[in-house]
Amino acid sequence: MSDITASSKLLNGPLLSVRSLSVEFGTERGPFRAVKDVSFDVSPGRTLAVVGESGSGKSVTSLAIMRLTDYTGGRIVGGEVLFQPSGGEALDLTKASDDKLRDIRGNDIAMIFQEPMTSLNPVFTIGNQIAETLILHESLNPREARLRAKELLQKVRLPDADRLLDRYPHQLSGGMRQRVMIAMALACNPKLLIADEPTTALDVTIQAQILNIIRDLQQEMGTAVIFITHDMGVVAEMADDVVVMWKGEKVEQAPVRDIFTAPQHPYTRALLSAVPRLGSLKGEPLPKRTPVIVMDGGAPKLVGDTHVQNTADYAKPILQVEKLTTRFDVGKTFFGRVTHRVHAVEEVNFDLYPGETLALVGESGSGKSTIGRTLQQLVEPTSGTVRFNGRDMASMSQGERRRLRQEIQYIFQDPFASLDPRHTVGYSIAEPIIVHGLIKDRKAIEKRVHELLVQVGLQPQHAKRYPHEFSGGQRQRVCIARALASDPKLVIADESVSALDVSIQAQIVNLLMELQEKRGLSYLFITHDMAVVEKISHRVAVMYLGQIVEIGPRQAIFENPQHSYTRKLLSAVPIADPERERAKTRIEGEIPSPVRAVGQEPAIHRMREVGPGHWVAIEADALRGVA
Amino acid sequence: MAAAQAASSSRSRFRSLELVLGILFAGGISLAVLLSPILFPDGGEGMDLMSRLIPPFQDFKHILGTDPLGRDVLARVVVGGRISLVVGILSVLGAVLIGTFVGLIAGYYRGIPEMLLMRFVDIQLALPFILVAIMFLAILGAGIDKVILVMIATQWVQYARIVRGSVLALREREFILSARAIGVGNGRIIFTHILPNVLGPIVILMTLNVANNILLESSLTFLGLGVDPLIPSWGGMLADGRTYLQTAWWVSVFPGLAIMFTVLGLNLLGDWLRDYLDPTGQTSK
Repeated sequence: MSDITASSKLLNGPLLSVRSLSVEFGTERGPFRAVKDVSFDVSPGRTLAVVGESGSGKSVTSLAIMRLTDYTGGRIVGGEVLFQPSGGEALDLTKASDDKLRDIRGNDIAMIFQEPMTSLNPVFTIGNQIAETLILHESLNPREARLRAKELLQKVRLPDADRLLDRYPHQLSGGMRQRVMIAMALACNPKLLIADEPTTALDVTIQAQILNIIRDLQQEMGTAVIFITHDMGVVAEMADDVVVMWKGEKVEQAPVRDIFTAPQHPYTRALLSAVPRLGSLKGEPLPKRTPVIVMDGGAPKLVGDTHVQNTADYAKPILQVEKLTTRFDVGKTFFGRVTHRVHAVEEVNFDLYPGETLALVGESGSGKSTIGRTLQQLVEPTSGTVRFNGRDMASMSQGERRRLRQEIQYIFQDPFASLDPRHTVGYSIAEPIIVHGLIKDRKAIEKRVHELLVQVGLQPQHAKRYPHEFSGGQRQRVCIARALASDPKLVIADESVSALDVSIQAQIVNLLMELQEKRGLSYLFITHDMAVVEKISHRVAVMYLGQIVEIGPRQAIFENPQHSYTRKLLSAVPIADPERERAKTRIEGEIPSPVRAVGQEPAIHRMREVGPGHWVAIEADALRGVA
Repeated sequence: MAAAQAASSSRSRFRSLELVLGILFAGGISLAVLLSPILFPDGGEGMDLMSRLIPPFQDFKHILGTDPLGRDVLARVVVGGRISLVVGILSVLGAVLIGTFVGLIAGYYRGIPEMLLMRFVDIQLALPFILVAIMFLAILGAGIDKVILVMIATQWVQYARIVRGSVLALREREFILSARAIGVGNGRIIFTHILPNVLGPIVILMTLNVANNILLESSLTFLGLGVDPLIPSWGGMLADGRTYLQTAWWVSVFPGLAIMFTVLGLNLLGDWLRDYLDPTGQTSK
């Protein structure tokens, strides 16, 4: 009955129509409704972006369309998902039989997931995995399937497709693996492609490539795409229509332009206000704190004020790094001789001043985290000198080095992973105080922990709770409180805001800036996110393959980038503005590996000064006079 | 919110049910065994050949019946628990202490200590238990203390292996790195951050090994390497009763039940302890 009405409705209409869909999960504490009464349509050849923060139900919605929630403990408790398969009448996927669903999955509807490593089976070659889909759904014989697989790899612009067919997933880089996933998803010319955060785990330049490929293929094949993401920049680059989800509900749906120019729902406005925008501080020499709109219950609230961050004191540097080199041995012969090394950091020089934020920017493998870990004495440097307050770290005694761990603190990317699950957060915050013997009296320590919690925007009674009882943003506040407990001079923040939702991210960035002003902290801010860098930093160092290729005042780097890699990095950032022309420049190429055979030392860049304090590596083609 | 609280309180009630049953079984049996000199002053040795193989629940004097020598089964089960419990529990505790310590050191420091300790562990795991036991007891002589020593000497390696494996995974975790970044020393990291996180698998192995060791004691005694065979023990009674299984099941079933309830009780206590130590399972007040 409903199938007949559905087909009459869907013919020449939308390809997929989700109508008042609700999904529940059974938990220990009773059923939890992850998706509440969500409806939207997807038309052939269009891209619908589903945006929301963690816990908004956007991923569950996408899994429910394919009825994959059946396998993750979810239950569709209401609504229908009408789909128009090729050459047949429309059917309701929530009621379809398992056989019918298997036929549709991978054939009419395909899916790409966030983590390309875990979605590929490590024991089969790339060729076999693509061929499997083809043999299953298109009933090709193995030889035909292999040929088709090769064509598909070429379609996603993978070079040397012939040889790739016989490779295993672990032999490919993350970006290549994601392209293989796309090739697999497109194997049977699906009518609908569901992409669940397909570029979140990738570097920005690789992300730009993948987005380009998805867009091109969509135009070529007329596929409809549902794009699940939390990144408003990606939305602006990819989407035709946008559905905004919040706490399991659809709060707004509109064409992409309207979402950005005239957001209706307060949550959409809050989300957009929190998105860091590249170029927002154009013409300003110093970083600036700006207020954020925060959802307080159901109503938006403005938090914070505008404040220019004039905190740096350029009299005497607190940290001087000279020719710092860190290498790791990887390959060894049977007799223990080292054959290959990771050249993580190569002769890096920089200074950091009191009250200043220096951003270390780069993609994976650029060595930015290794610098942080070397400074924190978690990794031994191979050579070079590091001076803290003028004292050479290498000549320090054991005791002085321990003291350094009090004055330099480290904040990690994942706050949940960096807190011991078996101890209360109060214990974790008190630990640095106890370890360094800063306060002896138990009562006084407790008082100090409470003060710290208040300083980072939490409450004293939170001290008795365990890490799993907090949200992601609160946990990062706990980690900041822990880092501040020993009263440090320098804080190394290693991708500390990258894993957070944008609204939380904006608040944490403001908190860090506020603490910098109050305590005169220096930050070494390690990140891959250019938009956050622009907001928080006084100076920026761009890293590529273990070396700094450009360093200078923030304004100079963003408004007058000199090195080709800096320009590439800046152009790869998705801009949260749909009016902007999409993908002007096409970025190609993988990030080379920093692993080198022994004896093959990388060439050290020579730097030239192009502005006050603005240094750029001289590029090879510039030397030859080509550029 | 109210529903969530109700659900979590039913959860904690279940937790306390485990605790109550665990104490009831393991504690009740232990108490009876402790009081055995008062309850059964003859130590279950009193033979009465006139009342051999009386089935249970028929004679008030012998509620659980008698064995082929006319000895009271109940008395022997209670008295026999002395040997079995002492061997089962002390051997496991000793092995846990040594094995956990070695596993922590090997897993945390890696390098030479790990290589030496773990190769030693591998060699020991490759030797058959009986061979080691015969060698050991042939040199030291029989006796309950020696039996316990043999068990500790052969079983600590299991704990060392399990603990080292867990430590290897834990030491790469970010909270350990973050503790190190703060300046926490090695000793403190090992005992306050790593040890609490490896207790789960240790507790499980412990409860399994208690039962195992109660039976092992009887094998050793059977081979003449263990305790004086005249002193009753659960494992020994089980072995003796085997020949009468067809005609007089009670001789072996009751000591078997004693082992079962002890192990069940310890298992429940172990589960409770593991959950009690894991804060993610509970909500703080």
